Amino acid sequence: MEPFDPAELPELLKLYYRRLFPYAQYYRWLNYGGVVKNYFQHREFSFTLKDDIYIRYQSFNNQSDLEKEMQKMNPYKIDIGAVYSHRPNQHNTVKLGAFQAQEKELVFDIDMTDYDDVRRCCSSADICSKCWTLMTMAIRIIDRALKEDFGFKHRLWVYSGRRGVHCWVCDESVRKLSSAVRSGIVEYLSLVKGGQDVKKKVHLSENVHPFVRKSISIIKKYFEGYALVGQDILENKESWDKILALVPENILSQDHFYVSLQYNEKGDHFNFQKHHSSLQRWEYLKKAASQCPSNIKNEKCGPWLEWEIMLQYCFPRLDINVSKGINHLLKSPFSVHPKTGRISVPIDLQKVDQFDPFAVPTISSICHELDAIFTSEAEKEENQAESDIKHRTRDYKKTSLAPYVKVFEQFLENLDKSRKGELLKKSDLQKDF
Amino acid sequence: MEFSGVKRRKPWLIGDQRKASYPHSLQFYLQPPSENISLIEFENLAIDRLKLLKSVENLGVSYVKGTELYQSKLEAEIRRLKFSYRESLEDEYEPRRKDHISHFILRLAYCQSEDLRRWFIQQEMDLLRFRFSILPKDKIQSFLQDSHLHFEAISEEEKNLREQEIIASSTSLGGPKLELEYVYKIPFADALDLFRGRKVYLENGFAYVPLKDIVAIILNEFRAKLSKALALTARSLPAVQSDERLQPLLNHLSHSYIGQDYSIQGNAGKISLDQIDSLSTKSFPPCMRQLHKALRENHHLRHGGRMQYGLFLKGIGLTLEQALQFWKQEFIKGKMDPDKFDKGYSYNIRHSFGKEGKRTDYTPFSCLKIILTNPPSQGDYHGCPFRHSDPELLKQKLQSYKITPGGISQILDLVKGTHYQVACQKYFEMTHNACDQTHFNEVLKLNRFTESICSSTVIIPYGCFGNTGCLVICCHCKTS
Repeated sequence: MEPFDPAELPELLKLYYRRLFPYAQYYRWLNYGGVVKNYFQHREFSFTLKDDIYIRYQSFNNQSDLEKEMQKMNPYKIDIGAVYSHRPNQHNTVKLGAFQAQEKELVFDIDMTDYDDVRRCCSSADICSKCWTLMTMAIRIIDRALKEDFGFKHRLWVYSGRRGVHCWVCDESVRKLSSAVRSGIVEYLSLVKGGQDVKKKVHLSENVHPFVRKSISIIKKYFEGYALVGQDILENKESWDKILALVPENILSQDHFYVSLQYNEKGDHFNFQKHHSSLQRWEYLKKAASQCPSNIKNEKCGPWLEWEIMLQYCFPRLDINVSKGINHLLKSPFSVHPKTGRISVPIDLQKVDQFDPFAVPTISSICHELDAIFTSEAEKEENQAESDIKHRTRDYKKTSLAPYVKVFEQFLENLDKSRKGELLKKSDLQKDF
Repeated sequence: MEFSGVKRRKPWLIGDQRKASYPHSLQFYLQPPSENISLIEFENLAIDRLKLLKSVENLGVSYVKGTELYQSKLEAEIRRLKFSYRESLEDEYEPRRKDHISHFILRLAYCQSEDLRRWFIQQEMDLLRFRFSILPKDKIQSFLQDSHLHFEAISEEEKNLREQEIIASSTSLGGPKLELEYVYKIPFADALDLFRGRKVYLENGFAYVPLKDIVAIILNEFRAKLSKALALTARSLPAVQSDERLQPLLNHLSHSYIGQDYSIQGNAGKISLDQIDSLSTKSFPPCMRQLHKALRENHHLRHGGRMQYGLFLKGIGLTLEQALQFWKQEFIKGKMDPDKFDKGYSYNIRHSFGKEGKRTDYTPFSCLKIILTNPPSQGDYHGCPFRHSDPELLKQKLQSYKITPGGISQILDLVKGTHYQVACQKYFEMTHNACDQTHFNEVLKLNRFTESICSSTVIIPYGCFGNTGCLVICCHCKTS
């Protein structure tokens, strides 16, 4: 892949917005079939321009207006906001208090930095193939809940371009949800609680809610590969001490537990050392933790502790502030990440296990691909103007961006189908034939 | 609703028609009444309902809501005032009609300010909760339908398919007894308080809510509807108030108390400074007792303590002059410079008496405020001991106050269940000769429907607690 140089962004973006950005599909999405008047026109966009100039309350009349403006301003970053009561670019002309955010997709932002306390391979903005599994698990767990528990049908998962993923839930009823309900949904999906000063972040009650149970089943599929092998969380004393810190004092001090985790003179865990791999140590730990302590009343005997550890290391961590506000601005799909150059591409849910963030095309790579095609095809074409137009409509298809746009189109197809179904239902009720 | 000056005969409906107009012993008050009634009946109905709501309020602080004692006392009160409560009784037309009309009358009186509305909604909700709790299960569905709540009970089959999940989700179901429970299927967004805490099973956008939990949802619906209705009523109130016959009555209702009127002004100057030490051990609630003790020991209190205790002293009758003397004397013992006191602290004392700044005559903190806001930290003595003290320390304190071990364990149980005010009430009972409960309730309260609903100053009549000659000023906190 062509290496990305942030200094080249202005030129690259010019080409990207002229020839590659999928305007037609993008407009098709945000217009939502044109069912509600002015839905697209009242949508807020924000642009971050060169030199960090940030402008809010951008809005556009139609697809070609959007195209022209984006090509003119060449934004480094594009955010999508809410659908307001009036055109955002005229909000200053509206009477005070009358300009209100009315609808927006329900969005989620999952960021790898929120897992720094439980991943050993990377920290902060870095990611690697080992810790990317956290995102895979997060997508599986959250998506299942959104689909099966909440009944949401139109969920678009997007790679953020650097260290996380976003989800856009676009069902018609969901766009109308209040801030309180959005907060409630995030609460329902949250299990890991506490900041730096809290050691044990997951506490399960005896009654385990089906959501938790199903999430644990998903984590179980990945735990061995991700945590025990990849992250090797029980590799040495330093790492397994972190796990043991999650075992409650009253279990740790139990005779059978203590004896089995005896230290030798060097201060190493005698029996833990006996076992040679994280896998074996985990098996051992599971058994020891689930034995019923003889002299402690009211302690639940069973896999709860094992589950709490798994959840603390693998369960998704959501930022409630992103999801609860109706007017919150979130990075747009197909936006470019200014630091990595990667395009924020949709993720194919059917192939989520195979998704590789490092294989996502960067703006320089697809521009390079375009150049190569253009020069070779131009040599064949006689009429320059004609070839120009032809190319414009199919350009992205010839680059590595194509499969991702296809995923997006499938998502749009589903939205269309739903919409037609709804309209049909409504007209049936009204007996329109 | 029309009012006539002349007493008219009540409309007489025959049997079935009467039953049809009020099919249930409880209602959501969706439709205003449309009869003619006399002014006298208007007034009587309003006063009776006000008495009822006050009882609801009192019982709510004296007993844990939902317990047998609470339920039976509330039922007795409702019956005494001749309101409707039980579905199965015959010829309930009159009590139901009374319930219906009186509710709407009180709406007129209690829509006028945020605090009045809040109080009204709280008591009406408690009343509805009680009535719903004694509604027979087979009547629930029809009540919900009549109230236009679209909660459908699911079939046995559907229940069996999801039995495990529903049991695993609901904390209110004890064990596998699902066959006996109704389960309702409602859109998830209508069950916000349940699903956000994962207390209900969600499937495909619906919450499967067992009967026990549906109550919370119904109450929320009720609160939302009533809140909206009160806002609407407030807007059309000027038209009603312009009727001269109604205006004085409505004003009186929203300011009235049941029983005697206790005002702060009435208390002023009734105690002397040298009484305070003995009063603090005999009559103060534990929060004030501990503040007084700390003040005497340290000759100082921090800001939170000065606010809470200072306003309390004002409430039980200290005048501004007495307060200044009291605080200054104590602070000087702590080697404070008298000038520093005058400069730094006396201004604040005068301010709290309304003599400085914007001149608000501040009222003492309510229990709710003390419990919920500004928790004490190291070096603070304010707050509520039942809420903020470590249980072990609280136990020791109660032992030092010579409470019986039985009483202490009752109090600690209540604290564990977060029933802090009821615990304080228990403390009161234990430290005073058991006085008749109803007498105690009647004697409460400076009820002012302001944000700091007064931590009540109770002036107990002579002789009640076996004291002779002097006023026993006993203070017991109360919340809205």
